[in-house]
Amino acid sequence: MPVEVRVDVAAPAIRAVGISRRYAGVLALRGIDLTLQFGERLALTGPNAAGKTTLIRVLATALRPTAGSLSIGGIDALRHPAQARRLIGVVGHQPYLYGELTARENLRFYARIYGVAAAELRISQVLDEVGLEGRADEPVRNLSRGLQQRASLARAILHEPRLLLLDEPETGLDEAAQITLGQLVADWARRGRSIVLASHRLEWAQGLTDRALVLDHGAIGGYDPLQRSDSILPPLRPGLDLLEGREPER
Amino acid sequence: MTKALVVATAVTAALALAMIVGYAPNERVQGVVQRIFYFHVPMAWVAYLAFSVVLVASIAYLWKRDSRWDAVARASVEIGVLFTTLVLVTGSLWGKPIWNTWWTWDGRLTSTLVLWFIYVGYLMLRAYTPDPERAARLSAVLGIVGFLDIPIIHFSVQWWRTLHPEPVIARSDPQAPPEMILTLVVSLVAMTLLYTTLLVYRTALERIRDENRELLQGEVNELSTQAGRAPVSTTVGNPNA
Amino acid sequence: MTAFVGQVYAVLAKDLLVEWRSRDLVIAMIVFAFLALVTFNFALDLRPDMVSAVGRGVLWVVVVFAGTIGLGRSFAAERDQGTLEGLLIAPLDRSALFFAKVLGNLLFMALVELVAVAAFVALFNVAIDPLPLAATLALGTLGLAATGTLFAGIASNTRAREVMLPVLLFPIIVPILIGVVQASQPAFGEGAAREAPWLVLLATFDVVYLAAGAVAFEYVLEE
Repeated sequence: MPVEVRVDVAAPAIRAVGISRRYAGVLALRGIDLTLQFGERLALTGPNAAGKTTLIRVLATALRPTAGSLSIGGIDALRHPAQARRLIGVVGHQPYLYGELTARENLRFYARIYGVAAAELRISQVLDEVGLEGRADEPVRNLSRGLQQRASLARAILHEPRLLLLDEPETGLDEAAQITLGQLVADWARRGRSIVLASHRLEWAQGLTDRALVLDHGAIGGYDPLQRSDSILPPLRPGLDLLEGREPER
Repeated sequence: MTKALVVATAVTAALALAMIVGYAPNERVQGVVQRIFYFHVPMAWVAYLAFSVVLVASIAYLWKRDSRWDAVARASVEIGVLFTTLVLVTGSLWGKPIWNTWWTWDGRLTSTLVLWFIYVGYLMLRAYTPDPERAARLSAVLGIVGFLDIPIIHFSVQWWRTLHPEPVIARSDPQAPPEMILTLVVSLVAMTLLYTTLLVYRTALERIRDENRELLQGEVNELSTQAGRAPVSTTVGNPNA
Repeated sequence: MTAFVGQVYAVLAKDLLVEWRSRDLVIAMIVFAFLALVTFNFALDLRPDMVSAVGRGVLWVVVVFAGTIGLGRSFAAERDQGTLEGLLIAPLDRSALFFAKVLGNLLFMALVELVAVAAFVALFNVAIDPLPLAATLALGTLGLAATGTLFAGIASNTRAREVMLPVLLFPIIVPILIGVVQASQPAFGEGAAREAPWLVLLATFDVVYLAAGAVAFEYVLEE
């Protein structure tokens, strides 16, 4: 059954203030401030263990921050997580799909959970959009990683979220599959929706987004990973080696 | 304040011991051995008190998410398990001369044994959960959910036992002389004060450990950030945590 | 309210469908139950004269052990496949998730019980009155499913989770252990029908732990 969510149209897609997250004593995120308007597209970069996945999970309301506030589309995500979740779609490392079920069956399940109206029609629509119509009735575990990611994207956009969070979706995909995925995301993001894309592939991510945020050990390390000469943004901390996606030398 | 508590505990304990040895009369049937009763019963009382405190602390922790409540819960569970063990041991020591058996599936002893298992499980849960905050949260759930079972276990075990009465049942004499009751009461008070003292000190110790860990982790975080490395957790995977 | 029920139904249907496709869980539980019955026969030397007396207990212990295997697995699968997070980022009520898991576990255990009882009757040639036994087993299994689902959730966060589940669960379900065995006396044709108070006890246990689980599940799953 359809569920209406009141979205304050003037409110930003994301307003995160002072987000900190502690795990086993270690601060994985340290006081992150982030504001994203609807229609804006943000890239999230940084070396491994910088906190990109943790931040995505906090934005997705999969993790509660240890401190700070978070609102999604004007909704307090910490007080009313269920409402906020209707606005968010997530494509993570794992596809969040049940391997024994077909893509269509998976989508039917999520349609029920998210309260999607006219489910069958919508399911066919998204399957078409991601180009999976032909293989929607095979068990998901039989699909290649590339197709699974497309199915995951279908699941993520099924309930017509206005914010899509992607955590290194290109992992495990070959060149062609990455290009296809990029195309699908770009198409989806055209209609006044927002994305936050965490990725190692800087140029690919830059092509899909308007601006970037660099994470450095859980804090914001800078705003412009490719150091364009005409940039007025502050430079990166020296020694922060991003292009390789590796930590600075030990 | 704590000094007063320690003094009060010491004084009442001394008094109780004196009364147990000198003042309380000999029980007709059982003789001297019956005096274990003055330890056994107050210890059982304290065990239930300890687990009630765990219940309250667990609710408070889930509500407030303040680790000080978790320290109270941790301390009280340890003390509670200790006293429960003592109840079982004194029960055995009492049973052997009276019933000529180390153990009997008497209603109350059985319930106490189950109680023991529930809270030993609590200790194991804490020990086997790597992340301290997760451990605190999960054991708080257990502290509440486990306590709910106590009355139900009591009823079920009691009904079960009345169907198979024991050949010799030790009952506290309903017409117990006032000296016995007085000794029992004093012992009860002493045991409760002892529990409170142990709780206060144990909780303080737990809080100091927490603070130390915070400080250490803070230092590690600082130094790591300056060196440009990822900070290491001082708890997960650390056997000395 | 209907949205809540809809969510419970959605998760339950999904779990049943997934299990139907692989069928590995239920088959494992059934084979284990059968094997356990046979093992008890050797261990306890179950001769015809004492089978009725001991049989109730044997049957229920077998069900509990087989059930515990299933409980652990259902959670482990969601965690290992990574799908649990997919459920947590959805607007899925945690208590709806709890009830759905409880119902799923209940159905699997009921299936195992059917087979176990049939095997028991066949192997030991014991006459059983089906209706009273069904009522008793239903109440007992519901309590087992409720507590088992809650504790499986808790244990799945720990090291040695296969061991932690029984360690946490078994003392808690003592009332069910006693209650089911006592209440199934008339079904096994011995003793007058004194099962009413035991059934009330089981029902009370069920209500308490369904409620407790529904509330606590949020805290158990939270990250």
